[in-house]
Amino acid sequence: MNMSNHIASSSEDQRAPGNADAQSSDRSAWMSILAKADPGELSRAWDSLDDKPKWRWLRKPETGLVMVRGRAGGTGAAFNLGEMTVTRCAVVTESGDGDGGFTGQGYLAGRDRRHAELAALFDALLQDSSRRPALEDTLLKPLADGLTARRRSASAKSAATKVDFFTLVRGED
Amino acid sequence: MYVAVKGGEAAINEAHKLLAEERRGDPSVSELSVDQIDEQLSLAVDRVMTEGSLYDRKLAALAIKQARGDLIEAIFLIRAYRTTLPRFGSSSPVDTAAMGIRRRISATFKDIPGGQILGPTFDYTHRLLDFKLAAEGDGGHGNSLDEDAGSIDEKVLLDEAMPRVVDLLKHEGLIEDERPGDDDDDVGDLTREPMSFPVERDIRLQNLARGDEGFLLALGYSTQRGYGRSHPFAGEIRLGEVAVEFTPEDLGFPIEIGELTLTECQMVNQFKGSAEAPPQFTRGYGLSFGHCERKVIAMALVDRALKGRALGETVEGPAQDEEFVMEHSDNIQATGFVEHLKLPHYVDFQSELELVRKMRRKMARADADNANNEIVEAAE
Repeated sequence: MNMSNHIASSSEDQRAPGNADAQSSDRSAWMSILAKADPGELSRAWDSLDDKPKWRWLRKPETGLVMVRGRAGGTGAAFNLGEMTVTRCAVVTESGDGDGGFTGQGYLAGRDRRHAELAALFDALLQDSSRRPALEDTLLKPLADGLTARRRSASAKSAATKVDFFTLVRGED
Repeated sequence: MYVAVKGGEAAINEAHKLLAEERRGDPSVSELSVDQIDEQLSLAVDRVMTEGSLYDRKLAALAIKQARGDLIEAIFLIRAYRTTLPRFGSSSPVDTAAMGIRRRISATFKDIPGGQILGPTFDYTHRLLDFKLAAEGDGGHGNSLDEDAGSIDEKVLLDEAMPRVVDLLKHEGLIEDERPGDDDDDVGDLTREPMSFPVERDIRLQNLARGDEGFLLALGYSTQRGYGRSHPFAGEIRLGEVAVEFTPEDLGFPIEIGELTLTECQMVNQFKGSAEAPPQFTRGYGLSFGHCERKVIAMALVDRALKGRALGETVEGPAQDEEFVMEHSDNIQATGFVEHLKLPHYVDFQSELELVRKMRRKMARADADNANNEIVEAAE
């Protein structure tokens, strides 16, 4: 089953011609946020959802490997650095009127099956244009802000260790 | 030659029970958790991930616990575990220029865009034992920034742009350029096909990346001491987090599946040029999972030494001998062959014993014959 076709046929936004790239880049962005999010926060967001959809597994969580590649010298020929554990799964939600719902996928680093499940569920919900605006405000934005805050905190700590080895030899005037 | 043996189950079971008891140590001392190993022995975890060739902190920490801190045994456990998992595919090459920097230093330029960031380093410590750490309780630690994390907006942050230092030399053509290959999808993988020499750079870097830190350290050191000298400077060492982008086949578009901590070393080396190439700096490259600074510096030295053949340099040191380096860098292969010597070799040794006895009997007979001849001659 080709899931991207399924998504295309079930998403209202896809009716606008030439919108497929924008759609997949939006989806890529939110899937990336869901993958990097704290699973505890996803769990709390799911628990606090009033209208949880019915859903079923399309593919139960499975842990495997992705080979991580680097480039010689950072810019040269690609090479295999080593593998990382990755967990993936796929769910299908049902819409309220019993029609076909949305296929959500979770792909993320590590072996946390529950995290993959929650990422897939929210991926499905975010494809539902009736749910997305609310989820963007209540879920994606706080998650993205959290990731930014984490980066800024690390950046501030490192910035405090910025060094100029040559200050001592400078004259006063 | 090792010949299979049978029996001994009861003794082996008891030996493994004893091993478990020794692993636990004195039960009145609290047990180490995997999380504690992950958080507090993090550089051991980084080494096991790098040489085990699998990024998963919790698995590496578990392996260290199970192996009682024997890191090569832990790496063995990780290598064995990875063979049980399917591979979903390969990531896009990580972009280390876009790294979220935690440490970034250059030994070649003092003023670099973005600055020199010491980060968490043992450098400039006095290497004096800190007995405060031996005292019970949560000793002095932490960054003052933790206490007022809420005011991070007012804190000084790192510059957004942290260009690679070696890229700065490229503009004048003073340094060897590293360009992508023709086909990024055609990347050699030594876990799938055996190595055959001479190898391409991709296989070499994969081999060195998972190679034993001690072996590469000694080889890198040997190049500095004259066995394949290449006049190295640490152009840049950086540590930080990079996003891993992966395109699942069933999605058809890339997503970031997570972030990895990586350490990178760009070595800048002298090269006096040849008939075809004007003098310019050459390069060696090191990259590891986690924070493995010694490893990436050594790796970059050895990578550069192994470029000797392509640059037309005379191979005069072990570090320049591709087959020697790459066939002996893997500590799991090495330990397998070295440590198998302790397994029962009874049949093999019996035949050697027989042979030595036979040779000695033959010698003794020959000596006796000679002695008899001498007696006969003397009598005549």
